[in-house]
Amino acid sequence: MSPQKKTTVKMKKVFDRPKSMTKKPYHYCPGCHHGVIHRMLAEQIDAYGLKGKTIGVASVGCSVLLYDYFDTDVVEAPHGRAPAVATGAKRAQPENFVFTYQGDGDLAAIGTAEIIHAANRGEKITVIFVNNAVFGMTGGQMAPTTLVGQVTTTSPQGRQVATAGPPIRVAEMLATLDGAAYVARVAVNNIKNYKVAEKALKRAIDFQLDGVGFAFVEFLSSCPTNWKMTPQEANARVANEMIAQFPLGVYKDILAAA
Amino acid sequence: MAKRVLVKGNEAICMGALAAGCKFYFGYPITPQNDIPEYMSAHMPEVGGTFIQAESEVASINMLLGAAATGARAMTSSSSPGISLKQEGISYLCGSEVPGVVVNMSRSGPGLGGIHPSQGDYFQSTRGGGHGDYRVLVLAPSTAQENYDLTMLAFDLADKYRNPVMILGDALIGNIKEPVELKPYRRKIKPKDWALTGAHRRPRRIVKSLFLADGELTDHNWRLYKKYQRMAKETRFENYRADDAKLVLVAFGSVGRILKTSVDMLREKGLAVGLLRPITVYPFPHQAVQEAAERTGHLMVVELNTGQMVEDVRLAVEGRAPVDFYGRPPGSIPTPNELAKEVAKVWRKRGLQ
Ligand SMILES: Cc1ncc(C[n+]2csc(CCOP(=O)(O)OP(=O)(O)O)c2C)c(N)n1
Ligand code: SF4
Repeated sequence: MSPQKKTTVKMKKVFDRPKSMTKKPYHYCPGCHHGVIHRMLAEQIDAYGLKGKTIGVASVGCSVLLYDYFDTDVVEAPHGRAPAVATGAKRAQPENFVFTYQGDGDLAAIGTAEIIHAANRGEKITVIFVNNAVFGMTGGQMAPTTLVGQVTTTSPQGRQVATAGPPIRVAEMLATLDGAAYVARVAVNNIKNYKVAEKALKRAIDFQLDGVGFAFVEFLSSCPTNWKMTPQEANARVANEMIAQFPLGVYKDILAAA
Repeated sequence: MAKRVLVKGNEAICMGALAAGCKFYFGYPITPQNDIPEYMSAHMPEVGGTFIQAESEVASINMLLGAAATGARAMTSSSSPGISLKQEGISYLCGSEVPGVVVNMSRSGPGLGGIHPSQGDYFQSTRGGGHGDYRVLVLAPSTAQENYDLTMLAFDLADKYRNPVMILGDALIGNIKEPVELKPYRRKIKPKDWALTGAHRRPRRIVKSLFLADGELTDHNWRLYKKYQRMAKETRFENYRADDAKLVLVAFGSVGRILKTSVDMLREKGLAVGLLRPITVYPFPHQAVQEAAERTGHLMVVELNTGQMVEDVRLAVEGRAPVDFYGRPPGSIPTPNELAKEVAKVWRKRGLQ
């Protein structure tokens, strides 16, 4: 009797944790897009071989614990000031890839001056702007990006244009600045949009690595917890309401225009 | 011999900073310190450094945070209202233990106040100024030479303690033009094993002030506290004819400087007065003040405000001796003669001979 032949099945690894991420489980709520956007960024940091050449700038918001998940050097900025902190870091470490990761309270409310001027100076940084139409961390208050009529904890009657003004479209606004080199708005609510978002992110990284200039990607994001929705309902709101108010697309690409 | 130049106090600060290897300056214009951003904009490029005129004082202190977090020597400067805006950033620098030099050529307040010399920012400078339980080393120069010397020292102390260091001057200290000996900076700048330079062949590093885990923030605060205690050994002061004085004056910065002339005038008239001039107002020279109180039994504080440092003096004296006070709110600079008269009044009131 011949011994039984051992068959070894060769398995191909098709999904793994990006090298530039730690093993720490996310603290994000189920259905929150922060985790998806983190992973997309970490995958690109891996793909570009930037793990040892990155300085991340964390902002104040739900993503303040960014350094728990990114296995790269990280500095924590005061609320709204990440673009200024990134300016100092990038000027001092031009060889490093410097990114900020900011919510809409952080970037579009308290930090409006810093983002406008960093963009206009043409700082060679990559800004990840996560627009979920609320202040997530502090309990779902109205943000400058809150939709008209959207109920939040500080707009219980729904956002009123007469008293709170209409939602700010940050990508469009920054695209008007001659100093900004790349400005795009994307979403990650479905695979199709995810793929487009990934492309935009890569371009925003290229713009920094090639020394072209300031690159900005606005991610429309969900906050199921504060929207008081299931993850599915939240995704539907991104598709049906957010994208209507904040159209997706590339608003500025100085290389494409040339 | 070191080169001697005739420069304004503000320029002396810049020269000290550049000599000490400061490569990053971030600022926003405000009188009476505009010579600093102006000088830096001209001279930073010459040393391959970075000058940015930021959109605000808030942005400039945070640019400093970003540059200094990578280990670079960085400075920002402003005057009172601008320093108020920097306080959140200074608190973050302390909390995340990032060094940096912050110059306050203070002006008069409250509010927009005016641009007269004033010492109204003493409390803000020495009590932390922003939120949280922290301290900043504060150096108070009284001449252009000291501006130069203490700025170099400020960078060393900032690195040594991983803490912001403030230089507290005023319109007089910043704008007076006098000779400065440009002593070369010879100290070696040590590499920083915490700085963010990209996690290449080393574990990643984090610079932050948020501590959420159980007990973490308590430990962090105690560690910072111990550091502030260690800073006590950086205490510096000038003793001007105080050893045999029967009445010792305590004053810092511009008033300290003016009072030296008053002391000389009074000495000529036979009044044995002397001066203790704190050079570090945080840490405050408690011991020297206490000893002076015990030795003489009389102290007098003079300030360009309605009474701030006098509280530190009284804390140091702990009731061992009476502490008289002459304060001058902003509006005019007292002459040596005026101050001598005020001191003489106290001398008589206390029955000194
Ligand atoms: C100076 C200051 N003001 C207010 C806060 C409180 N705060 C923390 S996070 C936040 C808003 C966060 O919202 P967003 O930036 O949209 O991020 P999200 O949590 O939604 O991801 C606020 C107001 C703070 N930390 N500092
Ligand atoms: S509160 Fe909103 S933004 Fe924050 S983690 Fe939860 S879902 Fe995400």
